[in-house]
Amino acid sequence: MVGGLLLALALAPLAAAIGCLIWRGARCCEALNLMASAVSFACAVPLPLLIDGRALLYWNNYVIIDRLSAWVMLCTAIVYFLASIYAVGYMRLLNEEERLFRFYALFAGFGLTTLIGPLMNSVGLYWIAIELTTLVSTFLVAFERVAESMEAAWKYIMVVSAGISLALLGTVLFYWAGSFVLGPRYQMTWAALAGAAPRMNPVLILLAFLLVVVGYGTKVGLAPMHTWLPDAHSESPAPVSAMLSGALLNTAMIGIVRFLAITRAADLGALPQLVVVAFGALSLLVGALFIVRQQGIKRLMAYSSVEHMGVVALGFGFGGALGVAGALYHMLNHSLNKSLMFFGAGNMMRAYGTKDIALIRAVHQYFPSQGGLWLAGAVAITGAPPFGLFFSEFTIMRGGLTPSFSWAVDVMAVLLIVIFVGFMNHFRRMYYSPAQAGCTAPAGKVSAWCAVPMWLALAPLLVLGLWWPAGVWNYLTSIAAALSAGMR
Amino acid sequence: MLIERLSPLASSLFSLLAIISLLLSFVMLGSRWLKNYLYAFAAESWAIAALSAAVGFYGSYPELYLIAILTLLFRGLLLPYLIWRIIQRLSVDREIHEILQPASALVVGALSVMFALAVSYRVGTALHLELTVAVLALTVMLSIKLIGFLMLAVRHEAISQILGLLVLENGIFLGSQILVPGMPLLIELVILFDLLIVVACFGVLVGYLMTHIGSTSALRLNRLVG
Repeated sequence: MVGGLLLALALAPLAAAIGCLIWRGARCCEALNLMASAVSFACAVPLPLLIDGRALLYWNNYVIIDRLSAWVMLCTAIVYFLASIYAVGYMRLLNEEERLFRFYALFAGFGLTTLIGPLMNSVGLYWIAIELTTLVSTFLVAFERVAESMEAAWKYIMVVSAGISLALLGTVLFYWAGSFVLGPRYQMTWAALAGAAPRMNPVLILLAFLLVVVGYGTKVGLAPMHTWLPDAHSESPAPVSAMLSGALLNTAMIGIVRFLAITRAADLGALPQLVVVAFGALSLLVGALFIVRQQGIKRLMAYSSVEHMGVVALGFGFGGALGVAGALYHMLNHSLNKSLMFFGAGNMMRAYGTKDIALIRAVHQYFPSQGGLWLAGAVAITGAPPFGLFFSEFTIMRGGLTPSFSWAVDVMAVLLIVIFVGFMNHFRRMYYSPAQAGCTAPAGKVSAWCAVPMWLALAPLLVLGLWWPAGVWNYLTSIAAALSAGMR
Repeated sequence: MLIERLSPLASSLFSLLAIISLLLSFVMLGSRWLKNYLYAFAAESWAIAALSAAVGFYGSYPELYLIAILTLLFRGLLLPYLIWRIIQRLSVDREIHEILQPASALVVGALSVMFALAVSYRVGTALHLELTVAVLALTVMLSIKLIGFLMLAVRHEAISQILGLLVLENGIFLGSQILVPGMPLLIELVILFDLLIVVACFGVLVGYLMTHIGSTSALRLNRLVG
């Protein structure tokens, strides 16, 4: 049952990508990608319900599905589905009908690679899956073919490939450390490494872990390795931005989480956790500083992603049931909310014809319902109640209230307030400041394809903020327990 | 474990090949001309292919012969040829704006080798392997990595940056042949093909950079800030 679902989940985007390259009609490719994303979504939703505490292995132990990967795949599949609906409306505005089949083929391929990343049981294959996401998404970032998106694509592939090569070095060192325990040849699965970890050399593990955190941290967008992120997120088409932010970052975060669990099994003390917490706090700081003085609307959203990945890293770094469960919950909330924000930013960008915050004025006059929706999303993304992010950030903070990490909770609280003020100030100006000279009235209205996914993202956010079912809590704490037991 | 029961001859052969690779990365670091850079990269790949074959022979890992042949074909011939073609097409044959003179870059490179040695010696001592070739392998692996990053940081031509990335991966290849020769074959094969895809992507992107920005120097990529 689970195996069949996984197969359908992976084959649907693959078939769509191949189909797009064969048929090439713009409308046909839209439909193919939309159907593939709907199939993936439909397969990903029941997965968390079907998996009990034990991890299931398939295909000679190369594929693992446990509660952690099922959860991340759910987040990814939601974003892929919403972004595919949105892409239908958004990509038609670009007047690129002849090249549209390439976009959808790459988009389905991007969906495929981000979906299968968390499923990789072999540490090396996980690295390859992450590298493949970079290769596919580079061309999506460069899709608009203007100088800015070329620049963003170049910086993206250079910074991320260089960073991810550090993760490869770390992976090789982990294999080496394991070979002293398991012999020169063994299958390097997460469970094998965690099982051997207590007898591995601590110095070597620590070196390997630092390399891996910096490597995958580049892909997650943790500061100070985040430099590619604002460029790539702001210059790619809006559905791609949503996928990069809501799906890709989580997929890369899983690597850090699993390696952190291995170091916990190795009993290295608090240092590995402290490293993750420090990167998280630094990301929050960088996010806060750049959000306050931001001028581009999509760059604002991109720095907000840096900030939220920092929050997630803090949660995993704090550890414990509250920290890990809060971080996983935050992943889902962030995926929903950031999709909503990028969709809204894409709509406004197209309507006003600019990415400049200073030239977007009086949104609520021109777009009463659309503007209200986007504003609600902005309130949610800054962590204000009654939305899900308030709940998950609060849980993470409670998780950090231990003697060793209470300083990080203080930092987090202050910076979240700074971000709230800075972010809301930008929205205040866009909604209520009088129009200056040089501002033009927006042209056209937002199509249903572009508005519906925003509603679909907001509704669960509101529900998740008001009602946290006991089943979800138990599910997330069982992941936390499995991680702190070293994933055996 | 292979490195603990190596004959002195095998050990010195491995050391020789590792040192040759390290020296070739210094050649890259010290050269201004893209072609010299490229030839040094190709030669380094040959040294690594020879190392794979030697490890396969002395450690009786027959699959490493396959890796050696693939390394020679892909990284030693095909990749350099593809990059050579890009260089021909772009009519850029040297670094124009240097942040760091080659001479100073060599000094910084030497410092990074010392740093790598300090780290490797510490790890080697912790593992009780300080008298084996493992320390040298780890030093060379980390040094090539650091030199690769140095090249990425001080070079601006798109081609230099591509080569810098490939050098980063060369370091890992070299070290992993000696330290973990038993690492699953599948992964190494896929990494070889993966690299080919990377260069194909880069080829396309360099073409784009030329047509849309009019330059292949990363110094001109300055529109997106803040």
